Amino acid sequence: MSMLVQISNLTKRYITTTALSDVTLEVPEGHIMGLLGPNGSGKTTLMKILAGLVSPTSGSVLIDGIAPGVVTKAIVSFLPDVNHLDRWMSVGEAGNFYADFYSDFDRKRFQELLGIMDLSARQKIGSLSRGMVEKTRLSLVFSRRARLYVLDEPFGGLDPLARSQVLDALVANFRTDCSMVLSTQMVADVERFFDDVVFLDQGCVVLAGEAEDLRSRRNASIEDIYREVYGHVETR
Amino acid sequence: MEFDDRAPIYTQIMDLVKRRIAVGELKVGQQLPSVRDLAQQVVVNPNTVQKAYLELEREGYVATQRGMGTFVSGDRGTVDVLRQELARDIVATYVTGMRSLGYGLEEITTMAAETARKETK
Repeated sequence: MSMLVQISNLTKRYITTTALSDVTLEVPEGHIMGLLGPNGSGKTTLMKILAGLVSPTSGSVLIDGIAPGVVTKAIVSFLPDVNHLDRWMSVGEAGNFYADFYSDFDRKRFQELLGIMDLSARQKIGSLSRGMVEKTRLSLVFSRRARLYVLDEPFGGLDPLARSQVLDALVANFRTDCSMVLSTQMVADVERFFDDVVFLDQGCVVLAGEAEDLRSRRNASIEDIYREVYGHVETR
Repeated sequence: MEFDDRAPIYTQIMDLVKRRIAVGELKVGQQLPSVRDLAQQVVVNPNTVQKAYLELEREGYVATQRGMGTFVSGDRGTVDVLRQELARDIVATYVTGMRSLGYGLEEITTMAAETARKETK
Protein backbone atom coordinates (compact mmCIF):
# COMPACT_ATOMS: atom_id res chain seq x y z
CA MET A 1 0.00 0.00 0.00
CA SER A 2 1.46 3.34 -0.94
CA MET A 3 1.69 6.11 1.61
CA LEU A 4 0.29 9.47 0.60
CA VAL A 5 1.56 11.20 3.73
CA GLN A 6 4.80 10.36 5.49
CA ILE A 7 5.68 12.25 8.64
CA SER A 8 8.83 11.41 10.54
CA ASN A 9 10.18 12.83 13.77
CA LEU A 10 8.17 16.00 13.32
CA THR A 11 8.62 18.62 16.03
CA LYS A 12 7.03 22.05 16.15
CA ARG A 13 8.15 24.47 18.83
CA TYR A 14 6.71 27.89 19.45
CA ILE A 15 8.59 30.35 21.64
CA THR A 16 7.23 29.09 24.93
CA THR A 17 5.55 25.81 24.03
CA THR A 18 6.14 22.61 22.10
CA ALA A 19 3.07 21.91 19.99
CA LEU A 20 4.32 18.67 18.42
CA SER A 21 7.08 16.46 19.67
CA ASP A 22 8.75 13.77 17.57
CA VAL A 23 5.60 12.75 15.69
CA THR A 24 5.99 9.90 13.22
CA LEU A 25 3.01 8.64 11.23
CA GLU A 26 1.88 7.62 7.77
CA VAL A 27 -1.41 7.93 5.93
CA PRO A 28 -1.97 5.22 3.31
CA GLU A 29 -3.56 6.24 0.02
CA GLY A 30 -7.32 5.66 0.13
CA HIS A 31 -7.55 5.79 3.92
CA ILE A 32 -9.43 8.02 6.32
CA MET A 33 -7.42 8.85 9.41
CA GLY A 34 -8.96 10.17 12.60
CA LEU A 35 -6.78 12.54 14.57
CA LEU A 36 -7.97 12.38 18.15
CA GLY A 37 -7.05 14.18 21.31
CA PRO A 38 -8.20 16.82 23.75
CA ASN A 39 -7.84 20.55 23.10
CA GLY A 40 -4.21 21.57 22.96
CA SER A 41 -2.92 18.12 22.01
CA GLY A 42 -1.46 19.38 18.72
CA LYS A 43 -4.13 18.30 16.21
CA THR A 44 -4.61 21.74 14.65
CA THR A 45 -0.88 22.39 14.44
CA LEU A 46 -0.35 19.06 12.69
CA MET A 47 -3.15 19.82 10.23
CA LYS A 48 -1.83 23.30 9.53
CA ILE A 49 1.56 21.80 8.77
CA LEU A 50 -0.07 19.40 6.28
CA ALA A 51 -1.90 22.37 4.75
CA GLY A 52 1.41 24.20 4.36
CA LEU A 53 0.40 27.05 6.67
CA VAL A 54 2.85 26.34 9.48
CA SER A 55 6.40 25.18 8.98
CA PRO A 56 7.99 22.42 11.05
CA THR A 57 10.80 23.17 13.50
CA SER A 58 12.43 19.84 12.69
CA GLY A 59 11.64 16.49 11.15
CA SER A 60 10.24 15.70 7.75
CA VAL A 61 6.77 15.87 6.21
CA LEU A 62 6.10 14.51 2.74
CA ILE A 63 2.80 14.63 0.86
CA ASP A 64 2.96 12.45 -2.23
CA GLY A 65 6.73 12.68 -1.81
CA ILE A 66 6.86 16.47 -1.64
CA ALA A 67 7.43 18.76 1.38
CA PRO A 68 4.46 21.06 2.13
CA GLY A 69 4.57 24.24 0.04
CA VAL A 70 3.18 25.74 -3.13
CA VAL A 71 3.10 22.40 -4.95
CA THR A 72 1.29 20.50 -2.20
CA LYS A 73 -1.26 23.28 -1.65
CA ALA A 74 -2.58 22.42 -5.10
CA ILE A 75 -3.31 18.83 -3.99
CA VAL A 76 -4.34 19.42 -0.36
CA SER A 77 -7.86 20.60 0.40
CA PHE A 78 -7.94 22.10 3.87
CA LEU A 79 -10.87 22.92 6.12
CA PRO A 80 -9.63 25.27 8.85
CA ASP A 81 -11.28 25.17 12.26
CA VAL A 82 -12.56 28.76 11.95
CA ASN A 83 -14.80 30.30 9.29
CA HIS A 84 -12.67 31.53 6.41
CA LEU A 85 -15.46 32.84 4.17
CA ASP A 86 -16.40 36.49 3.73
CA ARG A 87 -19.85 37.40 4.99
CA TRP A 88 -20.79 39.53 1.96
CA MET A 89 -20.37 36.68 -0.52
CA SER A 90 -23.18 34.41 -1.57
CA VAL A 91 -22.67 30.65 -1.43
CA GLY A 92 -22.36 30.60 -5.23
CA GLU A 93 -19.81 33.43 -5.21
CA ALA A 94 -17.75 31.54 -2.67
CA GLY A 95 -17.77 28.67 -5.18
CA ASN A 96 -16.53 31.02 -7.94
CA PHE A 97 -13.85 32.28 -5.58
CA TYR A 98 -12.66 28.73 -4.94
CA ALA A 99 -12.81 27.90 -8.66
CA ASP A 100 -10.52 30.87 -9.39
CA PHE A 101 -8.03 29.72 -6.77
CA TYR A 102 -7.96 25.98 -7.30
CA SER A 103 -7.72 24.35 -10.70
CA ASP A 104 -9.07 21.08 -9.27
CA PHE A 105 -12.36 22.73 -8.22
CA ASP A 106 -15.28 20.90 -9.79
CA ARG A 107 -18.31 23.21 -10.22
CA LYS A 108 -20.65 20.36 -11.02
CA ARG A 109 -19.66 18.57 -7.82
CA PHE A 110 -20.20 21.79 -5.91
CA GLN A 111 -23.78 21.97 -7.21
CA GLU A 112 -24.35 18.33 -6.24
CA LEU A 113 -22.97 18.90 -2.78
CA LEU A 114 -25.14 21.97 -2.25
CA GLY A 115 -28.04 19.64 -3.06
CA ILE A 116 -26.94 17.00 -0.53
CA MET A 117 -26.41 19.69 2.08
CA ASP A 118 -29.71 21.41 1.37
CA LEU A 119 -28.11 24.77 0.53
CA SER A 120 -28.90 27.37 -2.09
CA ALA A 121 -26.23 29.17 -4.14
CA ARG A 122 -28.06 32.50 -3.77
CA GLN A 123 -27.90 32.70 0.04
CA LYS A 124 -25.45 35.21 1.53
CA ILE A 125 -22.83 33.75 3.86
CA GLY A 126 -23.67 36.44 6.39
CA SER A 127 -27.29 35.34 6.59
CA LEU A 128 -26.54 31.66 7.20
CA SER A 129 -26.76 29.85 10.52
CA ARG A 130 -23.57 28.43 11.95
CA GLY A 131 -24.43 24.94 10.76
CA MET A 132 -25.14 26.17 7.24
CA VAL A 133 -21.81 28.02 7.12
CA GLU A 134 -20.10 24.77 8.14
CA LYS A 135 -21.93 22.88 5.40
CA THR A 136 -20.97 25.53 2.84
CA ARG A 137 -17.33 25.31 3.89
CA LEU A 138 -17.39 21.53 3.62
CA SER A 139 -19.06 21.67 0.19
CA LEU A 140 -16.26 23.94 -1.01
CA VAL A 141 -13.54 21.71 0.40
CA PHE A 142 -15.08 18.52 -1.01
CA SER A 143 -15.60 20.09 -4.44
CA ARG A 144 -11.89 20.06 -5.02
CA ARG A 145 -10.57 16.86 -6.54
CA ALA A 146 -7.65 16.88 -4.15
CA ARG A 147 -5.34 14.04 -3.18
CA LEU A 148 -5.48 14.87 0.51
CA TYR A 149 -8.37 16.33 2.48
CA VAL A 150 -7.40 17.83 5.82
CA LEU A 151 -10.48 18.58 7.88
CA ASP A 152 -10.16 20.30 11.24
CA GLU A 153 -13.32 19.60 13.27
CA PRO A 154 -15.69 19.17 10.30
CA PHE A 155 -18.60 18.30 12.61
CA GLY A 156 -18.36 21.19 15.03
CA GLY A 157 -21.57 23.21 15.27
CA LEU A 158 -23.68 20.72 13.32
CA ASP A 159 -26.98 19.30 14.50
CA PRO A 160 -27.53 15.52 14.08
CA LEU A 161 -29.32 15.91 10.72
CA ALA A 162 -26.57 18.14 9.30
CA ARG A 163 -24.00 15.73 10.67
CA SER A 164 -25.51 12.86 8.74
CA GLN A 165 -25.68 15.03 5.59
CA VAL A 166 -21.97 15.74 5.97
CA LEU A 167 -21.20 12.06 6.52
CA ASP A 168 -23.19 11.27 3.36
CA ALA A 169 -21.14 13.83 1.47
CA LEU A 170 -17.99 12.39 2.95
CA VAL A 171 -18.78 8.86 1.72
CA ALA A 172 -20.00 10.17 -1.65
CA ASN A 173 -16.79 12.17 -1.99
CA PHE A 174 -14.51 9.32 -1.07
CA ARG A 175 -12.17 7.97 -3.74
CA THR A 176 -9.49 5.35 -3.51
CA ASP A 177 -6.87 7.72 -4.91
CA CYS A 178 -7.25 10.25 -2.12
CA SER A 179 -6.84 10.25 1.65
CA MET A 180 -8.41 12.15 4.48
CA VAL A 181 -7.11 13.32 7.81
CA LEU A 182 -9.77 14.65 10.11
CA SER A 183 -9.95 15.73 13.71
CA THR A 184 -13.09 15.52 15.78
CA GLN A 185 -14.39 15.56 19.31
CA MET A 186 -17.42 13.53 18.24
CA VAL A 187 -15.63 10.22 18.27
CA ALA A 188 -18.75 8.10 18.74
CA ASP A 189 -20.53 9.60 15.73
CA VAL A 190 -17.64 9.31 13.35
CA GLU A 191 -15.58 6.33 14.41
CA ARG A 192 -17.12 4.03 11.77
CA PHE A 193 -15.46 6.17 9.11
CA PHE A 194 -11.92 5.80 10.36
CA ASP A 195 -9.50 3.38 8.78
CA ASP A 196 -6.75 4.51 11.10
CA VAL A 197 -6.72 6.48 14.31
CA VAL A 198 -3.97 8.48 15.96
CA PHE A 199 -4.27 9.63 19.56
CA LEU A 200 -2.28 12.76 20.35
CA ASP A 201 -1.52 13.99 23.83
CA GLN A 202 0.55 17.08 24.54
CA GLY A 203 2.07 16.93 21.08
CA CYS A 204 3.04 13.26 21.21
CA VAL A 205 1.49 10.21 19.54
CA VAL A 206 0.34 8.06 22.47
CA LEU A 207 -1.50 5.42 20.47
CA ALA A 208 -1.97 4.72 16.77
CA GLY A 209 -3.36 1.89 14.71
CA GLU A 210 -6.07 0.56 12.44
CA ALA A 211 -9.49 1.18 13.92
CA GLU A 212 -10.79 -2.36 13.32
CA ASP A 213 -7.62 -3.86 14.72
CA LEU A 214 -7.84 -1.74 17.90
CA ARG A 215 -11.50 -2.74 18.32
CA SER A 216 -10.83 -6.46 18.11
CA ARG A 217 -7.66 -6.41 20.20
CA ARG A 218 -9.24 -4.42 23.03
CA ASN A 219 -12.90 -5.42 22.69
CA ALA A 220 -13.65 -1.74 22.86
CA SER A 221 -14.96 1.01 20.65
CA ILE A 222 -12.65 3.81 19.58
CA GLU A 223 -14.63 6.04 21.92
CA ASP A 224 -13.99 3.63 24.83
CA ILE A 225 -10.31 3.67 23.98
CA TYR A 226 -10.41 7.48 23.84
CA ARG A 227 -11.78 7.57 27.39
CA GLU A 228 -9.17 5.06 28.48
CA VAL A 229 -6.33 7.05 26.93
CA TYR A 230 -7.36 10.48 28.21
CA GLY A 231 -9.77 9.79 31.05
CA HIS A 232 -7.68 8.09 33.67
CA VAL A 233 -4.44 9.99 33.71
CA GLU A 234 -4.48 10.27 37.49
CA THR A 235 -4.75 6.52 38.11
CA ARG A 236 -1.73 5.59 36.04
CA MET B 1 -27.78 0.60 10.94
CA GLU B 2 -27.04 -0.51 14.48
CA PHE B 3 -23.53 -1.85 14.87
CA ASP B 4 -21.63 -2.60 18.02
CA ASP B 5 -18.58 -0.37 17.94
CA ARG B 6 -16.81 -2.63 20.41
CA ALA B 7 -16.34 -5.28 17.75
CA PRO B 8 -14.88 -4.98 14.25
CA ILE B 9 -17.46 -3.42 11.92
CA TYR B 10 -16.50 -5.53 8.90
CA THR B 11 -17.49 -8.80 10.62
CA GLN B 12 -20.86 -7.25 11.45
CA ILE B 13 -21.32 -6.27 7.80
CA MET B 14 -20.45 -9.86 6.83
CA ASP B 15 -23.16 -11.07 9.23
CA LEU B 16 -25.62 -8.61 7.72
CA VAL B 17 -24.98 -9.91 4.19
CA LYS B 18 -25.13 -13.53 5.38
CA ARG B 19 -28.44 -12.85 7.06
CA ARG B 20 -29.82 -11.31 3.87
CA ILE B 21 -28.73 -14.41 1.96
CA ALA B 22 -30.18 -16.73 4.61
CA VAL B 23 -33.63 -15.12 4.55
CA GLY B 24 -33.70 -14.90 0.77
CA GLU B 25 -33.47 -11.13 0.51
CA LEU B 26 -30.38 -11.79 -1.56
CA LYS B 27 -30.73 -14.79 -3.83
CA VAL B 28 -28.02 -16.98 -5.31
CA GLY B 29 -26.68 -15.26 -8.41
CA GLN B 30 -28.04 -11.89 -7.37
CA GLN B 31 -25.79 -8.85 -7.32
CA LEU B 32 -24.84 -7.28 -4.01
CA PRO B 33 -25.10 -3.50 -3.62
CA SER B 34 -21.93 -1.74 -4.73
CA VAL B 35 -19.40 -1.07 -1.98
CA ARG B 36 -20.20 2.63 -2.03
CA ASP B 37 -23.98 2.11 -1.97
CA LEU B 38 -23.83 -0.26 0.98
CA ALA B 39 -21.39 2.07 2.77
CA GLN B 40 -23.90 4.89 2.35
CA GLN B 41 -26.80 2.68 3.40
CA VAL B 42 -25.22 1.49 6.63
CA VAL B 43 -23.19 4.68 7.17
CA VAL B 44 -19.66 3.31 7.40
CA ASN B 45 -16.33 3.76 5.69
CA PRO B 46 -16.37 2.21 2.17
CA ASN B 47 -13.06 0.47 2.91
CA THR B 48 -14.80 -1.44 5.70
CA VAL B 49 -17.48 -2.70 3.29
CA GLN B 50 -14.75 -3.60 0.82
CA LYS B 51 -13.02 -5.65 3.49
CA ALA B 52 -16.28 -7.41 4.40
CA TYR B 53 -16.85 -8.30 0.72
CA LEU B 54 -13.31 -9.64 0.40
CA GLU B 55 -13.76 -11.83 3.46
CA LEU B 56 -17.16 -13.07 2.24
CA GLU B 57 -15.49 -13.95 -1.02
CA ARG B 58 -12.73 -15.80 0.82
CA GLU B 59 -15.38 -17.77 2.70
CA GLY B 60 -17.09 -18.58 -0.60
CA TYR B 61 -20.41 -16.81 -0.10
CA VAL B 62 -19.91 -14.26 -2.85
CA ALA B 63 -17.82 -13.92 -5.98
CA THR B 64 -16.54 -10.75 -7.59
CA GLN B 65 -16.52 -10.46 -11.35
CA ARG B 66 -14.14 -7.82 -12.58
CA GLY B 67 -15.94 -4.71 -13.70
CA MET B 68 -19.33 -6.35 -13.08
CA GLY B 69 -19.75 -6.35 -9.33
CA THR B 70 -20.11 -8.84 -6.52
CA PHE B 71 -22.65 -11.67 -6.71
CA VAL B 72 -24.05 -14.23 -4.29
CA SER B 73 -22.44 -17.56 -5.09
CA GLY B 74 -23.11 -21.10 -3.93
CA ASP B 75 -26.39 -22.98 -4.14
CA ARG B 76 -29.49 -23.90 -2.13
CA GLY B 77 -27.20 -25.93 0.18
CA THR B 78 -25.07 -22.96 1.25
CA VAL B 79 -28.23 -20.96 1.95
CA ASP B 80 -29.50 -23.75 4.21
CA VAL B 81 -26.16 -23.90 6.02
CA LEU B 82 -26.34 -20.15 6.61
CA ARG B 83 -29.90 -20.41 7.91
CA GLN B 84 -28.91 -23.19 10.29
CA GLU B 85 -25.92 -21.17 11.54
CA LEU B 86 -28.15 -18.20 12.25
CA ALA B 87 -30.76 -20.42 13.90
CA ARG B 88 -28.14 -21.95 16.16
CA ASP B 89 -27.01 -18.45 17.20
CA ILE B 90 -30.57 -17.44 18.06
CA VAL B 91 -31.17 -20.64 20.04
CA ALA B 92 -27.87 -20.25 21.87
CA THR B 93 -28.84 -16.71 22.90
CA TYR B 94 -32.23 -17.94 24.11
CA VAL B 95 -30.77 -20.82 26.09
CA THR B 96 -28.09 -18.66 27.71
CA GLY B 97 -30.73 -16.09 28.66
CA MET B 98 -33.02 -18.73 30.17
CA ARG B 99 -30.18 -20.35 32.10
CA SER B 100 -29.17 -16.96 33.53
CA LEU B 101 -32.75 -16.72 34.87
CA GLY B 102 -32.27 -20.09 36.55
CA TYR B 103 -34.47 -22.25 34.29
CA GLY B 104 -33.58 -25.85 33.62
CA LEU B 105 -33.68 -27.95 30.48
CA GLU B 106 -37.35 -28.89 30.77
CA GLU B 107 -38.66 -25.33 31.19
CA ILE B 108 -36.38 -24.09 28.45
CA THR B 109 -37.87 -26.53 25.94
CA THR B 110 -41.51 -26.33 27.11
CA MET B 111 -41.58 -22.54 27.17
CA ALA B 112 -40.10 -22.37 23.67
CA ALA B 113 -42.69 -24.86 22.47
CA GLU B 114 -45.55 -22.94 24.16
CA THR B 115 -44.50 -19.66 22.58
CA ALA B 116 -44.13 -21.29 19.19
CA ARG B 117 -47.59 -22.82 19.47
CA LYS B 118 -49.16 -19.48 20.43
CA GLU B 119 -47.46 -17.77 17.50
CA THR B 120 -48.81 -20.25 14.98
CA LYS B 121 -52.42 -19.93 16.20
